Amino acid sequence: MDTELFAITDYCSVHQIDAAFIESLEKEGLILVVNKDENKYVEEEQLHMLEIFTRWHMEMGINTQGIDAMHHLVARLKAVHYELDRLKTRLRFYEE
Amino acid sequence: MAFIDYYKILGLDKKASDDDIKKAYRKLARKLHPDLNPNDKEANKKFQQINEANEVLSDPEKRKKYDEYGENWKHAEQYENAKQQQQSSGRRTQQEYSGEFGDDNFSDFFSSMFGNTSSAGGKRGGQVKYRGQDYNAELRLTLRDAYITHQHTLSVNGKNVRITVAAGIADGQVIKLKGHGGAGVNGGPAGDLYITFQIIEDPLFKRLGNDLFIMAELDLYTAVLGGEITLETLSGAVKLKVKPETQNGTKTRLKGKGFPVYKKDGEFGDLIVTYTVRIPSGLTDKQKELFRELAKTQ
Repeated sequence: MDTELFAITDYCSVHQIDAAFIESLEKEGLILVVNKDENKYVEEEQLHMLEIFTRWHMEMGINTQGIDAMHHLVARLKAVHYELDRLKTRLRFYEE
Repeated sequence: MAFIDYYKILGLDKKASDDDIKKAYRKLARKLHPDLNPNDKEANKKFQQINEANEVLSDPEKRKKYDEYGENWKHAEQYENAKQQQQSSGRRTQQEYSGEFGDDNFSDFFSSMFGNTSSAGGKRGGQVKYRGQDYNAELRLTLRDAYITHQHTLSVNGKNVRITVAAGIADGQVIKLKGHGGAGVNGGPAGDLYITFQIIEDPLFKRLGNDLFIMAELDLYTAVLGGEITLETLSGAVKLKVKPETQNGTKTRLKGKGFPVYKKDGEFGDLIVTYTVRIPSGLTDKQKELFRELAKTQ
């Protein structure tokens, strides 16, 4: 099955952001851009992360390098939360 | 409906410039953003407040209206009616962290003044394909429900979603149902539905990973002399041989009688049984005498 592609120009117009922002995300290896028929697209699967990065940029004013660092930290934060929940379950078990 | 002081929320006064508003919003957003405060409902709520404040104060038209009518929002409604302004048909700002689905991201105060749409939504309402909003839901199951693969129907924004819950689902586990979130715009893909499972504790069985733990009571005579007991497990009754001179607190492990391993057919954890010895009560004189005689033999 073909993956649906979303034109970067459309995405930028919708979010009112500069295409240079997407290019810088691509350069940092944060998203994958598909070149087709002299146009640039993102795959549907990439859209979710792209929207998150766009929010960070627009809502918090984070630049691309900051987004890269935050991306790693948020992943670690989620892992720590997961571990904390697991340990709470174990603790509750032994306390009862 | 209480008046909301958007300036106060952003820590600004009425003379704040556009740049001041942007800076204040971003500074607070860096502190309260839901992506940086997962599972923190208080931060999420505060972020929605600053988001709303920014939505109004960063838009010159809205800010003007707010400054003019803010504290007398009821007049703003009349103002709206008089001008017969049409509400924008745009959609809400994309926010996967919008908390419980169905909740509006903006306060009643905001909606009464500006309608249910954000300016960003209005700007996004063209012919461009746009992915729908992600929804989050919580599903509570009993331990016994989580033991077996079963169908479950959820009501999400008025639609029934039928899901298959695989046996062995864990407390706090999140599953994603692709395409079951909000509808996309202009033929864009629908968002996803994230379901977080909460497993209610069982009065008899405790669960740790895939292992189950249960307490089994032994009468004194079976504990001392050995014997056989029948134990109820989640997969039915099992007969257990009790060794003579079994001590209080002794544990025995029943392989494969625990919880099913998630999405691994036929694999189960273990059931760990802890024996508690019940001391007989209401003894007859004769029984007491026999215990005394027994004690003398020690």
